[in-house]
Amino acid sequence: HVGSKLDDGVGYDLSASTFSPDGRVFQVEYAMKAVENSSTAIGIRCKDGVVFGVEKLILSKLYEQGSNKRIFNVDRHVGMAVAGLLADARSLSEVAREEASNFRSNYGHNIPLKYLSERVAMYVHAYTLYSAVRPFGCSFILGSYDQDDGPQLYMVDPSGISFGYWGCAIGKAKQAAKTEIEKLQMKDMTCRELVKEVAKIIYIVHDEVKDKAFELELSWVGEVTNGKHELVPKDIRVEAEKYAKVCTTTTSLLHGISVTWVQNNSTFKVFFPHFMVTN
Amino acid sequence: MDPSGLKLNFWENGPKPGQFYSFPGSSLTPGCGPIKHTLNPMVTGTSVLGVKFTGGVIIAADMLGSYGSLARFRNISRLMKVNDSTILGASGDYADYQYMKQIIEQMVIDEELLGDGHSYSPKAIHSWLTRVMYNRRSKMNPLWNTVVIGGFYNDERWLEFSNLAVCLGLFSVRLFFVSMQPLMREVVENKVEITKDEARALIERCLKVLYYRDARSYNRHEIAIVTKEGVEIVGPMSCETNWEIAHMVSGFE
Repeated sequence: HVGSKLDDGVGYDLSASTFSPDGRVFQVEYAMKAVENSSTAIGIRCKDGVVFGVEKLILSKLYEQGSNKRIFNVDRHVGMAVAGLLADARSLSEVAREEASNFRSNYGHNIPLKYLSERVAMYVHAYTLYSAVRPFGCSFILGSYDQDDGPQLYMVDPSGISFGYWGCAIGKAKQAAKTEIEKLQMKDMTCRELVKEVAKIIYIVHDEVKDKAFELELSWVGEVTNGKHELVPKDIRVEAEKYAKVCTTTTSLLHGISVTWVQNNSTFKVFFPHFMVTN
Repeated sequence: MDPSGLKLNFWENGPKPGQFYSFPGSSLTPGCGPIKHTLNPMVTGTSVLGVKFTGGVIIAADMLGSYGSLARFRNISRLMKVNDSTILGASGDYADYQYMKQIIEQMVIDEELLGDGHSYSPKAIHSWLTRVMYNRRSKMNPLWNTVVIGGFYNDERWLEFSNLAVCLGLFSVRLFFVSMQPLMREVVENKVEITKDEARALIERCLKVLYYRDARSYNRHEIAIVTKEGVEIVGPMSCETNWEIAHMVSGFE
């Protein structure tokens, strides 16, 4: 990397406790690169809840369906979708769970997401200060719904920054996903409408050429679930995926792409545009 | 002693201002700080009743927290839903029950978070609670409660109790106030199963008699029913009581 090495070849990027001459901490930036290598996860807040969608790439046909979950429950009313090094993310989800549990033990009620994300972000930030440890190689999106604050969505990245969002995306296709999210009027949508849109966005940003099979992990929390974070029920998920597939094939037909891949348990069927795709 | 020779010990062997004074009659190590063991219960709950019926279990408890002989807190719940297959009722020290409730609630949340479809069975909760209570007792710092745990898990009914003296019960009818045994035996004995309505009627009759006879009871109670469909906590309710004969009882006025 230009600028990360001194003349004698010793770098500024060897530890998180070193700044480079142009004021960057390279280790933290490299951690963010690790996130960008992972598949996409998005979270969108609507007027009565939050919906998460994760493009979970299936690396082997031998994996059980539903294994290697990328969406965690942090507390009854809080969910967390992750991108990046999954092991780092799992350890952070335990940290988040402990924070939520301690808050309830001290204050007697559910932790507001603002405090939870602040505390987990502080924890992540602590690992960017010392050379003895490496920063966490994962970003995550936290979403919750409670009576007082309504739906809330926060994102934390490896540098330890956290912001509140109406919609955000992390992972390899985050730019494309962000563009799609910006087209939505999420403040006026309900969770049920949003689930379909989230599924559609994941299908749109999924790159069929580079990555093959993927599983769509969808979860939500909001009025529709009575404030409990849970995976979207199977029938609603199937309906959302159907809608997503129809939208993406329509889009590629409109763009004049002559080959459409339809995935059905890793067997591939090829359709030409003058056939209607029904599934 | 003051240098000028004035006698400043106004009393010998009495409480020294600022120092911890252990009152005569208290047993353990005096003068080493506040007592950290529950030696006496403070606010207490009275009996908890439990009965198995076809398809489930009922547990009932009144809503009184007594402060000695004072009926101090008259609307407290002594029943809790642990999860969809288990209910728990506690008698004895209410603060210890509140502590236990907080711990159990967080345990249940932590398990739900894993999202693997498993939940604690009534047997598991009973086993865990018994171990906890035994350990605390062995440290001379008991949880001063008798706890009744009822549940319906995998099509099996469960009703057991656990307390600071740790008895693992063997009967199918769990109760704390032994005077209820004849009433309950009358209905349950010689029958393999009783129906839900019979069980509910039995419980309400026992609660009424307890109100008449137990000097630390109150006429407001809750009932928790657990079946395959889940847990239902009904209440607060009261019994119809008839005190007509009261004036005939000598010394009752």
